[in-house]
Amino acid sequence: MTAVTVTGVSKQFKGGTTALQGIDLEIEQGEFVSLIGPSGCGKSTLLRVIGDLIEPSGGTVTVNGKAARQARRDHDYGIVFQDAVLYDWRTVAKNIALPLELAGWDRERRKERVNEMLDLVELRGFDEHYPWQLSGGMQQRVSIARALSFDPALLLMDEPFGALDEMTRERLNGELLRIWQASASTIVFVTHSIAEAVFLSTRVVVMSPRPGRISKMIPIDLPQPRTSATREEPRFFELATEVRESLHMGDGREMPLAATGLSEGAA
Amino acid sequence: MSVAPVPVVPLPRGSTAAMIGKGARDWLPAVLVLVGVIALWEGIVKGLHVKRFLLPAPDAIWTAFRDNQSTLWHAGWFTFQEALGGFAIGCSVAILFAVVVARWNLLGNALMPYAIAANAIPIIAFAPITNAWFDPLTKTSKMVIAAVLCFFPVFVNVVRGLRSVKPEQLELMRSYAVGELTIFRLVRVPTALPFLFTALRVASVLAMIGAIVGEYYGGSLDSLGANINQDASLFQFEKAWAEIVIACIFGIGFYLAVALCERFAMRWQPRIEGAGS
Repeated sequence: MTAVTVTGVSKQFKGGTTALQGIDLEIEQGEFVSLIGPSGCGKSTLLRVIGDLIEPSGGTVTVNGKAARQARRDHDYGIVFQDAVLYDWRTVAKNIALPLELAGWDRERRKERVNEMLDLVELRGFDEHYPWQLSGGMQQRVSIARALSFDPALLLMDEPFGALDEMTRERLNGELLRIWQASASTIVFVTHSIAEAVFLSTRVVVMSPRPGRISKMIPIDLPQPRTSATREEPRFFELATEVRESLHMGDGREMPLAATGLSEGAA
Repeated sequence: MSVAPVPVVPLPRGSTAAMIGKGARDWLPAVLVLVGVIALWEGIVKGLHVKRFLLPAPDAIWTAFRDNQSTLWHAGWFTFQEALGGFAIGCSVAILFAVVVARWNLLGNALMPYAIAANAIPIIAFAPITNAWFDPLTKTSKMVIAAVLCFFPVFVNVVRGLRSVKPEQLELMRSYAVGELTIFRLVRVPTALPFLFTALRVASVLAMIGAIVGEYYGGSLDSLGANINQDASLFQFEKAWAEIVIACIFGIGFYLAVALCERFAMRWQPRIEGAGS
């Protein structure tokens, strides 16, 4: 079944900038799709259009067979931002329980679910801590737990690990893959990092700026489950190179010699 | 840069005894300063034979304090009630206005410049006029001055607080498809709390000032301000100073009460600033 269908989506902002133009994208259920591209290519805008946080100027978005707005009202989205966006005045447990509270779950069920989530993101024992007592990586794990707590059909992640150091980022990449497999959700993931996109995704969508459009789609055929050894496989490097070259082509400024005529097709 | 997860130190909550012990150690230097200043004051007044109408010695003030205790406390309580009433009225109206202004931007744009401009007017100068509007012998006339003084800092700060919500927090709420009222309750109000309490502390001080200065321009003889005014003109400087001490006690008590409410309302806050990871 198709999780997300984006058809002919465009977005012009008030100042006249065209953030997105002619975006067509289909995402199957259970896929892990990364949107990658330079700053200003509209990848975050596309993510927000899918999540009905921004209204597109043209085109349609369908999520699980419903219009994006209906999907939002049905609580089909879990969202994780670059900042953890935790509510400082709520404990870890209460942050995770927030969407459940809003969806009207009773206390017992909430508590049970929060404990499951704490196990999933390996933060058991931190339920009564406040966000300021946690490291950046731990805060982001709480944010992921909160996004997953109500079992959304679609997880939208906007550079969730962008503010973390490389080591924490790699560890959380591994954890995210484990969580994705355990929860069987569909993930749309915005990132700047080529390695991250290749390591995590089943498909990488390369975007280019001015106006933001999709310049290439690269299926990632690395075997599952992926481990830190995956990062050292020759195939990993081949795919990373392919993504890197597509990024430079879409850029229109820099054309690496080695890549000329190699992967022109999808532009 | 530190990479490993930052060790998490649990809040020393519950250990009240330990907290009081730590509190005492923190306060010790301040107490020593107070004792030192009083001793120095006493020494200078006695040693240099300073005239009593210029500066009475602490022990003379203490005697005046002891001899007039019941009237002093009574006057302090009277003035404190005015300040508290004005504080309550001024802050409530300010919060109400702030909520409306923060919710409807257009109204905010129309009113904010005047609120800020009005804030620059020395409102205390209106004290004789409010005394003319309301019976100067009632508490109401002083409450009005205190309320007007409290209004602006609370209004401006709460508007800023309600508006300082991060856009992502709103986007997250939007993704949960909840209404404005829920967002207000769950996000805007808690975000505004630190701003509110900063303003309330300032307002608690302003309320006492407003009430006492209002009384200078004519007030009930039960009140602190009228008493200070009268005793100073009757050359009873020791008693005037004792009245000032009472005003300090009530003022500081008021401020601490607000600070205590703040602690209670924002228990989630770190006790030591700058220790965040």
